[in-house]
Amino acid sequence: MKYLDEYRDSDKAKLLVDAIHKKVTKKWSIMEICGGQTHSIVKYGIDDLISPNINLIHGPGCPVCVTPIEKIDKAIEIASKANVIFCSFGDMLRVPGSNTDLLKLKAVGSDVRIVYSPVDAVQIAKQNPDKEVVFFAVGFETTAPPNAQAVFIAHQQGVMNFSVLVSHVLVPPAIKAILDSKNNLVQGFLAAGHVCTVMGYKEYEEIVSKYKIPIVVTGFEPVDILQGILMCVSQLEEGRHEAENQYSRVVTREGNAKAMEVMYEVFEICERKWRGIGEIKKSGFRLKEKYSDYDAELKFGVVNYSVEESGECISGLILQGIKKPVDCPVFGTKCNPEHPFGATMVSTEGACSAYYLYKEKKL
Amino acid sequence: MCLAVPGKILEISGDDPQLRSAKVSFGGAIKTVNISFLSEAKVGDYVLAHVGFALNIIDEEEANKTMEYLKLMGDVE
Ligand code: SF4
Repeated sequence: MKYLDEYRDSDKAKLLVDAIHKKVTKKWSIMEICGGQTHSIVKYGIDDLISPNINLIHGPGCPVCVTPIEKIDKAIEIASKANVIFCSFGDMLRVPGSNTDLLKLKAVGSDVRIVYSPVDAVQIAKQNPDKEVVFFAVGFETTAPPNAQAVFIAHQQGVMNFSVLVSHVLVPPAIKAILDSKNNLVQGFLAAGHVCTVMGYKEYEEIVSKYKIPIVVTGFEPVDILQGILMCVSQLEEGRHEAENQYSRVVTREGNAKAMEVMYEVFEICERKWRGIGEIKKSGFRLKEKYSDYDAELKFGVVNYSVEESGECISGLILQGIKKPVDCPVFGTKCNPEHPFGATMVSTEGACSAYYLYKEKKL
Repeated sequence: MCLAVPGKILEISGDDPQLRSAKVSFGGAIKTVNISFLSEAKVGDYVLAHVGFALNIIDEEEANKTMEYLKLMGDVE
């Protein structure tokens, strides 16, 4: 496929691997933000190919992984109601709440449906006027505009039996939280290309100059990631700190203004708790007052939940790059993709799950 | 979750600005994609699609630059 195959080409990958080897003279720790990148890195063994001087730290960029347990519990409570059709992207269904998950709920008869697009959920609401249709609106800035557009369309068309359970998270506040942490090891970032497709990378210019750290907007294919690493390492070796763009075929500095417009029409910035990490200031989206009729938490009265996370899982430390999955005592044994204990084993983009899928044999 | 895939626009339909959609081919598999965020998208463009929405048009010139750069790296070897 055009724009895919050429970025998986092993000759090009090899050139980049060699160039990285030549460039590196010291030890560097680089964090890839996005779970999709983590998945590619582990799948293609990029971490083993590049210089052992480069420590790739897997970041918190998997919205499925960082959705707090109480949101999952709220989703489960809403989805259990008799007249509700609960719609979600497929990867949220197996995320464990305190007692169960959405897939198990579906198995015992709740109407839980996987949708491809948030707009499909609005369509389901129109087709089922006697039901309440709820969409689980999770994701980063990549997914926020489509989800906002669904709410906007429902509002415009007067679809009142539709609502959203919002758990949106934002990338730049998480980057700042990592850099502000006294345990921080990260010396350079590969920023998430698809988030930047919407947001551009203007926001990162402020971060690079304040924290004196390179940030390279990077795509998801092996060639993209290797080139991103090379650009980041070059900056580190040369003592530069700039916001650079490897993924220029889709990302512009300004981002997609139209997508942002509908996103800010429907959502506003709020505090957000991240599973495994805790609360990060101004790191999430909630519905604006104007759209409160579409707020599933208000509609179903599931506000003020609070749950403690289990003590065994170290995913919080993994999401901050302080530990690796293999450092977890229950990794691959008690905790596995069939029985995930924690956030990072749940989604295929979580670091624990990626290690389990692609590295287990080598352990 | 944030996975987005490149596909080629085959056909555009719909006047409603929020519902403007396109038939997009992803290596032969054809899906309807909302293109309301891309007013300038036209048939033949490659777009990056995510959860049923096209997020951006893929810039052919920029893509070529990356490939040229890699080719140059190879030639220097
Ligand atoms: S292996 Fe399981 S328990 Fe351990 S950190 Fe990963 S998700 Fe948590």
